[in-house]
Amino acid sequence: MNDIKERLVNGLIKENPTFVLMLGMCPTLAVTTSAMNGLGMGLTTMVVLALSNAFISLLRNIIPGKVRIPAFIVIIASFVTMVELLLEGFIPSLYSALGIYIPLIVVNCIILGRAESYASKNPVIASLFDGIGMGLGFSFALTCIGAVRELIGAGTLFGLHIMPESYIPCSIFIMAPGAFFVLAMLTAIQNKVKLIGERKGKDMSKIQSGCGSDCMNCSDTGCTKRLYDEKAQNLKTQQIKGEGEKDHA
Amino acid sequence: MSDLMKVSSNPHIRAKSSTSSIMAAVVIALLPAAGFGIYNFGLDALILILVTVLSTVLTEYIFEKILGKKVTIGDYSAVVTGLLLALNLPVSAPWWIGVIGGVFAILVVKLLFGGLGQNFMNPALGARCFLLISFTSIMTNFDCDAYTGATPLAALKSGEAVNIFNMVIGKTSGTIGETSMIAIVIGACFLIMTGIIDLRIPGSYIVSFVIFISLFGGRGFDYAYISAHLAGGGLMLGAFFMATDYVTRPITVKGQYVYGILLGILTGIFRVFGPSSEGVSYAIILGNLLVPLIEKATLPTAFGKGGARA
Repeated sequence: MNDIKERLVNGLIKENPTFVLMLGMCPTLAVTTSAMNGLGMGLTTMVVLALSNAFISLLRNIIPGKVRIPAFIVIIASFVTMVELLLEGFIPSLYSALGIYIPLIVVNCIILGRAESYASKNPVIASLFDGIGMGLGFSFALTCIGAVRELIGAGTLFGLHIMPESYIPCSIFIMAPGAFFVLAMLTAIQNKVKLIGERKGKDMSKIQSGCGSDCMNCSDTGCTKRLYDEKAQNLKTQQIKGEGEKDHA
Repeated sequence: MSDLMKVSSNPHIRAKSSTSSIMAAVVIALLPAAGFGIYNFGLDALILILVTVLSTVLTEYIFEKILGKKVTIGDYSAVVTGLLLALNLPVSAPWWIGVIGGVFAILVVKLLFGGLGQNFMNPALGARCFLLISFTSIMTNFDCDAYTGATPLAALKSGEAVNIFNMVIGKTSGTIGETSMIAIVIGACFLIMTGIIDLRIPGSYIVSFVIFISLFGGRGFDYAYISAHLAGGGLMLGAFFMATDYVTRPITVKGQYVYGILLGILTGIFRVFGPSSEGVSYAIILGNLLVPLIEKATLPTAFGKGGARA
């Protein structure tokens, strides 16, 4: 149970895919023109992420290491196709609003990233909840960005008029440049909150900045190190496994 | 002379110009255009200019106070930004357009990138394009008490006849500071004579624009058509005051020619083939983005390096 909770918190806050890991930027910037679109994209991705994580975890001992990426992609693409058809059938408005970005979920790096770094090495239940946690974090981030953009750029929130009648919407915010402004501002606010916390001496290890260290030494001290290390470990275990199999033969 | 006689290590000859003296000179050079705008469009123009300048200066002051940094409003660069931005607004714009534009120019385009000298884009033009995209109908509404109807460039684009004499003097509709070619050129002459700008960028900009228009404008080398393109719209203001911004232009001499030619071609493309009749501001900020590349390509060889090998 603790595991599950830890996975959810991890996805939502500690390793929030958008604000902390800076993954999946293409849908983040492209579809968040309104809070509804952001939420829809987030939830769609969450479903695919949770199911593909669970399946990849189930098959993790069967998939050979050398062809794991194509195998992951096949699994992910199958789920994306299912979700796409379901959306087209039951929520056509969202389907047309998200457009090309639904099939593009296949190449969303959050999904492949979780498959590679978590689901392929962990049991099914933990992987499922890792997917849900990451998906929730992604949905939360996309809804936040979408809400801010919609509020400033159109004066509405989830389609409801919030701003007074006299408010003239600043329409750059629902265009491409607005996505960059809002993402940068929200990430800056998140970093600021973290800094204030640190100054008060609180343990803020649960809220991690995506870039706590300098870019020059990212591979030594930053999050890149962790990614590389995991890959290295992955390779090592596979080599050991491969040698073991040879011995059996 | 006595100022120059110092017993010291080199450099022995020092220029007395500083950021604030250069910026103050730019403000003075902009005054004819601003003055003519106020004369042309009335008191509303004065109010809009004051509001915009006040908002840029206050934004810089407040931001630097909050962050505990050295307050740099004394170098007048915020005043120049505010003044340039106001001269790029239509007189019918409400006061809050000036405030939003001023805050955006200083806060987002300049200070968030590190302040004067670090901004990769001309703050006034960045803010103008931000406003143009955000509030298109307000920013392209040139109707006011003095004039109604299309700007000279829009009329030119739709094939109507325009009065070139009025355009040179400035008695046309348009943004506050761009209408009068004469007032702008007076200010530009002041800047050139004091050595603050030179003709490399404006010259190559205007010449390449004229060549582009004669080749692709569809009217050949039509004197009236070309002078209408030069006098109407923001080309003069852009070429002399915004393309020459010290921070966002190339440093190398060759690069400045490349930059000017690039701006001329871009402006021509936007004006001739684009959906809008004006394209100076987009051309200049696109050019700003390419400046690092231009500088890299035109870096002069250091003395002793390169050359023919024996």
